[in-house]
Amino acid sequence: MKLITKIIIRIIRSKKAEMNKIAIIIKREYLTRVRKRSFVIMTILGPLLMAALMIGPVFIAKMSDSVYQVGVVDDSDFFFERLKNTNNVEFSQLNLDIEAAIELHKKGNYDAILHIPKFAFEAPSGLRMFSEKSVNLNAKLNIENQLKLDFESLKLAKEGIDEDVLQKIKTSINIMTVRLTKDGLEKTDYPELRMVLGIFSGILIYFFIFLFGSQVMRGVMEEKTNRIVEVIISSVKPFQLMMGKIIGVALVGLTQFLIWIFLTLIIVTAVQTAFPEQFKYTPVEQVYISADDAYNPEVLKERTEIVMQYNSPAGQIMDALSSINLPVMIGSFIFFFLAGYLLYASLFAAIGAAVDNEADTQQFMLPITVPLIFAIVMAQMVANNPSGPVAVWLSMIPFTSPIIMMLRIPFGVPMAQVYLSMALLVLGFVGTTWLASKIYRTGILMYGKKVSYKEIWKWIKFKG
Amino acid sequence: MEYIFKAENITKNYTGHKALDNVSISVPKQSVYGLLGPNGAGKTTLIRIINQIIGPDEGKLFFDGEKLKPEHVHFIGYLPEERGLYKKMKIGEQALYLAQLKNVNKHDAKKKLKVWFEKFDLLPWWDKKVEELSKGMAQKMQFIITILHQPKLLIFDEPFSGFDPINVNLLKEEILNLRNNGATIIFSTHNMSSVEEICDDITLINKSRIILEGNVKEIRKSHSLGIYCVELEDVKKPLESMLGSQYNVSLEGKSENLYKYRIRKPDGDPSNNLLKSIMEAGRVISFQEVLPSMNDIFIKNVTGKYPDEVNNKNNYQNNQI
Repeated sequence: MKLITKIIIRIIRSKKAEMNKIAIIIKREYLTRVRKRSFVIMTILGPLLMAALMIGPVFIAKMSDSVYQVGVVDDSDFFFERLKNTNNVEFSQLNLDIEAAIELHKKGNYDAILHIPKFAFEAPSGLRMFSEKSVNLNAKLNIENQLKLDFESLKLAKEGIDEDVLQKIKTSINIMTVRLTKDGLEKTDYPELRMVLGIFSGILIYFFIFLFGSQVMRGVMEEKTNRIVEVIISSVKPFQLMMGKIIGVALVGLTQFLIWIFLTLIIVTAVQTAFPEQFKYTPVEQVYISADDAYNPEVLKERTEIVMQYNSPAGQIMDALSSINLPVMIGSFIFFFLAGYLLYASLFAAIGAAVDNEADTQQFMLPITVPLIFAIVMAQMVANNPSGPVAVWLSMIPFTSPIIMMLRIPFGVPMAQVYLSMALLVLGFVGTTWLASKIYRTGILMYGKKVSYKEIWKWIKFKG
Repeated sequence: MEYIFKAENITKNYTGHKALDNVSISVPKQSVYGLLGPNGAGKTTLIRIINQIIGPDEGKLFFDGEKLKPEHVHFIGYLPEERGLYKKMKIGEQALYLAQLKNVNKHDAKKKLKVWFEKFDLLPWWDKKVEELSKGMAQKMQFIITILHQPKLLIFDEPFSGFDPINVNLLKEEILNLRNNGATIIFSTHNMSSVEEICDDITLINKSRIILEGNVKEIRKSHSLGIYCVELEDVKKPLESMLGSQYNVSLEGKSENLYKYRIRKPDGDPSNNLLKSIMEAGRVISFQEVLPSMNDIFIKNVTGKYPDEVNNKNNYQNNQI
């Protein structure tokens, strides 16, 4: 009995010593990277870029607020009074001939001149718009839409259809998507924003896997080409060195990600408080409310709120974020980022061990890049049908699941599928690590030999 | 005799070729053990097996009487031939890191490192990055890292390459110091003159097999070619004509009254016979057997014949014991 306890204590002690060594390696890998200037710069620039992406559109929208002035030469004497000024386009009638109007434009009085010829009823193709600069596309679309409606009603009248009847026939359809949640509450849905969020997190994972995966690869290559690796593996097992590096870099990634989230929130909040008027929700002029809803104050209120929030890009993002379960989103992002990274990082490490210089890495990068790029290519399709068979399968296969599952999660995925995908990903990670460690331990001691896939296959089969 | 390390019947196959074929070595405690052999003979494979970097396919390994196990790496110090450091890391920090991987706690490591850095004039460089160091300084640092955890067994693979003669001497001194303080050193090199200088025993590996092993002095004695170097004064009769034709005599040099001869006696003829004849020819100043150098023995055992100059060349360098 005593002997057994002694043996157990000894095993625990030796395991502890081994774990200690991994911890020492992790610490070095982590500290040397976090102290690098490039890490500090990336950590600061990242949130600035993200905040700019969130805040920028608001300012740009405010900046392009100036009204587009259109001078109208209406030879038909019919259409001008039907053109309505909008927020962005303002019309003024010019009682001049077209040459004089163009002269006026050249002096800078109007942004553009619209010419409606006399017999425009018969030939709408005679409409012309003149401008020295290229015509504002929004203004052009606006005018086209207005005139189209006018021509249509004109033609309808010609055919003897009453405009009142027409007004009655016109139906406005606007499907409000409502998601049924478990607790029975109805919530307004934002499929477009879920898509944006999903694709954004998918791309972020893709980017992180490449960024930190290649950091692992370069770290391994550095040790190999500096010839320090043999000294180290006379103290620790190659597997410990590889895992220490992979985990160390993972922690660097995690640190960077958490700092990014934290700083982005700080910057966004700071800008919002500094420029409150830019982020105010300005109610829109028209809210379409169906006859039934008009009697339901609850729906009415909700509807108005939605429209109000939609009105401001920042508000829109904020509302979408609040409609999505953010802790679940961030939690699963961290899981799929880490597990996806771990799956690929060991393969990156194996490549770093197999080659002598950066140029040789290309041929071995292909099997790693293909599934990742494939996942990104499929992203749009998955986002369009997040519960379809393609989406489900790709979110189960460990090589594509980190990206595809992250894409699907904002749309809501059955928990059973999420757990299965997670379990498969962990299995995949164990598998690639096992495979990679075999390549790694042989590769790091091979110098000056150009390796091929055939050679690597030999290393994998090689025992001991 | 007590052995710090024993390898019994080690065989190691790589895909396509045999790196070690039934190799056994026994390294006596507190000695300098030379591991010799041409490039590609299997030395590095054997060293890596001792360091448990790779495992043998067959055979047994013992460290200090116990079966070799992973914890033993803490009692072994290894300076590989292909050695390097993290270029961007400060040398003090790096030395601490590598010492901790050998299970020396940070506090002790720091104390010991300061002493060694002082001894090798590296202390002012503690906070400098490796890339700022000269090659010689980096080599010294690697040496310190190898010995810092006071290993019982030290393995040096070509330790002198890249050192200037002054530092080579410093290193040789340290290696012998380490041995005198109880450590055992396995020493792998192509530099045969240093083998004669510091090795007690050697093993010569060629084409994955051991072809020669034993005590350096005994090996050289057993390779005796019966060549003697004689210095005579007041020569009455030229030795060439006095000695029988069974002796191969050549005049190596002559300055004023002093004649220097190189004589090769036939096998089985006791050296006293030769000395007696020489004594009649003049006044003997010195009479010395010239043993083949380790260099020649190495070449003889690997290629099957001595280099030409051993038999023919006149100004044969004196490699006395």
